Amino acid sequence: MRVGVVTFPGSLDDHDASVAIERCGGEAVALWHADEDLKGVDAVVLPGGFSYGDYLRCGAVAHRAPVMTTIAGFAREGGPVLGICNGFQVLCEAGLLPGALLRNEGLRFVCRDVLLTVEAADTSWTGAYVPGERIVIPAKHGEGRYHADAATLDRLEDEGRVVVRYAPGNNPNGSARDIAGVANERRNVVGLMPHPEHAVDADLLGGEDGRGFFESLLAAVQPS
Amino acid sequence: MPRVAIDVLLKREILDPQGRAVEQALPGLGYHPASEVRVGKHLEMVVDADGDELASQVERMCEGFLTNPVIESYRWRVIADDERADA
Repeated sequence: MRVGVVTFPGSLDDHDASVAIERCGGEAVALWHADEDLKGVDAVVLPGGFSYGDYLRCGAVAHRAPVMTTIAGFAREGGPVLGICNGFQVLCEAGLLPGALLRNEGLRFVCRDVLLTVEAADTSWTGAYVPGERIVIPAKHGEGRYHADAATLDRLEDEGRVVVRYAPGNNPNGSARDIAGVANERRNVVGLMPHPEHAVDADLLGGEDGRGFFESLLAAVQPS
Repeated sequence: MPRVAIDVLLKREILDPQGRAVEQALPGLGYHPASEVRVGKHLEMVVDADGDELASQVERMCEGFLTNPVIESYRWRVIADDERADA
């Protein structure tokens, strides 16, 4: 299983994402923002960071990068794509996921572990979890307040596309309906603000609840 | 070539925590209280187009890149040199 990890100018967590993939049994393949070539990978991770300095809006410039054109086609054909933090913002800007991420309600940059409920365990990235499972993974962002109009939120709920939700009392940013992550209709594209790639080693960082995202992928996708 | 000013704000129904923070700060700093404070972006640029072509180019830019229609709305106008905000 070869999993591409995109590096944009300003990406920060590409290395951690690669390490997480390798620790969960995959092969991480570095992808460059300026290349359209996906190097034949089986899945793609858009990592956290501040792509293009977050100029204009988070993800606004990154979603125009050459690599994103190819990734959009890959996603539409059912290829698994995971956007973490800035990667989630990029997927929303690209229209591959609904909604947008706004400045945190409290204006503070949030950097702490958050308690989440996995609600949808039928996506390419969450099959290793049980619906309703509680996990703790870190969040670190200044612009993570999920927003979509009421009709879109209702539709996401009705279609079971709210993938992870902040547990009651744990919403760190004012996200609508405590939403921490969502999926597209086909459930191959998932975006979330908290960072599963920072929670794959119980000894080093105090938790490994994030492993499920990468292990789900390895179980769901047959190597090409 | 025309100089264009574009103002971008979060849509009215969306909470603007920056605006709220400014609003709450004003009285404490000795200023007259103000309400409905919204903080947004102001862009200026010279565009190589005129008339209908200018309108369609600016609107295409705004809707496709400069703003995110999911969360933001905008207005644009042609301005004279003495209306530049960076004067």
